Amino acid sequence: MRLAELITAAVLALLSIYLMFKSAELDIGYLPGEGPGGGAWPFWLAAVMLISTILIVINWFKKATPPSRSTEPFMDDFAKKSLVKVGVGLLGFIALIGVISMYGAMLIFLVYYVRVLGKHSWPTTAALSIGLPVIFFIFFEALMRITLPKGMKFTEPFYNFLNTIIY
Amino acid sequence: MKSTKRLLIGLIGATALSGMFASASLAWEPTKPVDFVIMAGAGGGADQIARFLQSVAEKKDLTSRPLVPNNKGGGSGAEALIALNTASDPDHTILVTLNSFFTTPLRQTALGIDIQTFTPVAMMGVDPFVLWVHKDSGITTFEQWLETVKAANGEYVMGGTGKGAEDSLVITFIEQNFGVKIKYIPYKGGGAVAKDLAGQQIMATVNNPSETKGFYASGDVVPLLQFSDERMANFPDIPTMKEKGKDFSYYNQRAVVGAPGMSADAATYFQDLFKTIYNTTEWQDYMQSESLSPLWLDADKQRAYWATQVANHKELLAKMGE
Amino acid sequence: MEILGHLSDGIWLSLQPINLGLILIGVTLGLFIGAMPGLGSVNGVAILLPVTFLVPPSSAIIFLAAIYYGAMYGGAISSITLGIPGASTAVATTFDGRPLALKGKASLALVTAALASFVGGTVSNVLFTGFAPLLAHVALSFGPPEIFALMLLAFATFVGLGGDDIPKTILSICMGLVFAAVGFDEISGEPRLVFFNISGFMHGINFLVLAIGVYGLGEMIWTIESTRGEMTTTDAKMSLKTVVADSKTAAREGWRGTAIGSLLGFFVGILPAAGATPGSLMSYGVTKMVSRKPEEFGKGAVDGVAAPEAANNSASTGAMLPMLTLGIPGSPTTAILLGGMVIWGMTPGPRLFTDEPAFVWGLIGSFYVSNVFALLINLAFIPVFIWMLRMPFTILAPLIFVLSVVGGYAATADMHDVWLMLGFGFGAYALRKLDYPLAPAVLAIVLGPIAEPTLRQSLLLSSGDPMIFINRPIAGPITIIALILIFLPLINLIRKKMVAQA
Repeated sequence: MRLAELITAAVLALLSIYLMFKSAELDIGYLPGEGPGGGAWPFWLAAVMLISTILIVINWFKKATPPSRSTEPFMDDFAKKSLVKVGVGLLGFIALIGVISMYGAMLIFLVYYVRVLGKHSWPTTAALSIGLPVIFFIFFEALMRITLPKGMKFTEPFYNFLNTIIY
Repeated sequence: MKSTKRLLIGLIGATALSGMFASASLAWEPTKPVDFVIMAGAGGGADQIARFLQSVAEKKDLTSRPLVPNNKGGGSGAEALIALNTASDPDHTILVTLNSFFTTPLRQTALGIDIQTFTPVAMMGVDPFVLWVHKDSGITTFEQWLETVKAANGEYVMGGTGKGAEDSLVITFIEQNFGVKIKYIPYKGGGAVAKDLAGQQIMATVNNPSETKGFYASGDVVPLLQFSDERMANFPDIPTMKEKGKDFSYYNQRAVVGAPGMSADAATYFQDLFKTIYNTTEWQDYMQSESLSPLWLDADKQRAYWATQVANHKELLAKMGE
Repeated sequence: MEILGHLSDGIWLSLQPINLGLILIGVTLGLFIGAMPGLGSVNGVAILLPVTFLVPPSSAIIFLAAIYYGAMYGGAISSITLGIPGASTAVATTFDGRPLALKGKASLALVTAALASFVGGTVSNVLFTGFAPLLAHVALSFGPPEIFALMLLAFATFVGLGGDDIPKTILSICMGLVFAAVGFDEISGEPRLVFFNISGFMHGINFLVLAIGVYGLGEMIWTIESTRGEMTTTDAKMSLKTVVADSKTAAREGWRGTAIGSLLGFFVGILPAAGATPGSLMSYGVTKMVSRKPEEFGKGAVDGVAAPEAANNSASTGAMLPMLTLGIPGSPTTAILLGGMVIWGMTPGPRLFTDEPAFVWGLIGSFYVSNVFALLINLAFIPVFIWMLRMPFTILAPLIFVLSVVGGYAATADMHDVWLMLGFGFGAYALRKLDYPLAPAVLAIVLGPIAEPTLRQSLLLSSGDPMIFINRPIAGPITIIALILIFLPLINLIRKKMVAQA
């Protein structure tokens, strides 16, 4: 935990510096008669972020906060495993949206989570992973008229067919 | 799972087949909801018009698939232009534009957008600008107003929708041609500008009549000058800038364009669709009540209009020092 | 008396069979739309527009008010049961609603939210009915300096919201404020902080993208880990008896928050630039400040659910006021409403009350009726939401993830934001483990886009002189109170530290 605290503070410090650098593309000074320039607000706030990270590091040296005293590992085996399982699932879900559409990706994610991680029975898995996309489709496309991503071209005939039903 | 897959394949096959027959005999029609991109955030004048157009199409049942409004106002419309430039399905992507269609590519050249690659669909009308003051200022004529601005010596405060936005170009024109200096406060949208004029937080605005309508009706704000070519029917007693001896008029375009690379069939479909909408009594009444000037241009004339507008804006922006 | 006559006509109109039917459908639909993360009343109202052509305008507006009310009630549902704020107005509801649900008191939280919403809606309806034209003038007297002072006050009420670790709290606030600045600088008219020139950053970082990332993804991953995947949220059974008991508890422990939220929410809500979200956040902060047990806030205080819920309903009704009387939309939802009214051939603005009395009073009457039905329908659905919570965690968790991804997309219709949300989720998970408070960042991203432009507009007005915030009659007192509130705890803290070290 102690190491993680320091690394996180360092990452945040780098982020602050990047934000300051990026804000400086606009005017960061106080223009006479006009008030602060376009970059001033994010620049100085990012500067405060940087100062905060320095204080966090000082607290770390002084062991003033619970995470900076803790000798427990930042992530134990269970945490690592569950983060990888869930994280990979989410990553795959979002990556697949662009390929096989929101509904298709949802179906696969649900099969993965309910069956593989949750170890539920196939009937439960099937009911959820087919039922939910159908409910979402009816709710969003037909009722709310919000179009969710349809993925790559090859899904088009399928959705065009569904469109002829709902419109 | 297996049976679902088979069903899926079956469905795909069936639709592909029926699609082939359909395309052989019928004119092009959208097969999925049309991405109706709006070059402004929710709530502004452009958004209102877009949603009005959508509801007319809906009411008259003019489209086989709905137009789905999609607000992309980021970066003065840069976000919308990029979205159209990179549209995965140009046949189903159209854009409601205002004058940032001309100014944004000029001001942000790094975007690399050439508006002449876009597909003209319809010019639905143009929205003229009017100079407004609060009634408590006691000002009733443009000359009186000029005196007041001169006397304020650079402390005269006007509000608008941002540097490089339509109203700021008009204000810059006044500054440069009448030798006055104005303090300009940018706001998020025309509605907020109108509200702060009514609340006397700012002293004057250059705004579209539609955005100031309510306060005009109640008498809180007074029009002084219009920037149209001729006096508008709703403001018969207000002089135009041209009458004041400067050959200047300024309108916000209310036009619909298609994504670059839209097929000719799809372009024809949308051109016909918006022509139908243009001719509905709903749209004609809307233009009347919102003081829009009717202006219908076909595709070729639109391209010519774009070219002249780009040239005009280049000049205006250059004068502004942008 | 004239007002009461108009009002009873309006209510009578809303009770016509066709209108009553529309109210029932609208409230139920609105409840689900509001409960869906990423969707809010704005989506509900947008789908309404086409429907308005099938029925007369008076029925259309009633349907719309019903959806609006339903969505307002619904926002609390996902905040409490899933821990994801369904809309920015319901962020503050998660602070105490979620802890209550985790303690197995989800029904208490939901009942409190429903009752507080009802009271908030009713109070603002009465204020609206009685004083609409008068209040419109109050709204007009709030220019940029006043709004900025108000935002300062909102921040001040939140000084105590973070954890004990002050540098981390400050970091969190500043990070939210910087993220709020991403996209476009409306004062100079230039793109700003468009990271790596990705066009998705041009529209800025939407509040919902951060909120769903933090609460929907980050918090969920953290929960899975900290409960070893064996989480059961609640096993409370619902019956009429528990609803009655919960209502009593809600009334006893939540009256203070409800009262503060109803009044404060309304007054912040009528200001076109502010709206329901700052209203609900400020009500939460003020309630915590005046509470006898401020230490319970964030751990499941009933007042902490009542205050923001009363406030967001009250403010949402209040937000209709500038729209109707001034023709200025205070929120995206009212903006679409405004468009709708133009389509029906009306001119919202100072003359609407005199030109179209039947329409205006029909709308106001429907507020009252919708509010009653929203309460009843909401209470009736509570068992369904509780039942959802009793699902096995390995089913509830993927459901929340799916809702988060869909909601993150629906908020802006851009895949870029879904990826961004995933990034925020992982980031939030790491920061959460290291005791970084994240609520301040979420609040800052809501308030930042209001605070920064008003600050700079004010300074432009005053030619750079910051005294504009002190000199003006309304801004002055607000600024001074805000500054006192901000510095009081800091001074106390420094004193304490000095005493401790000496």
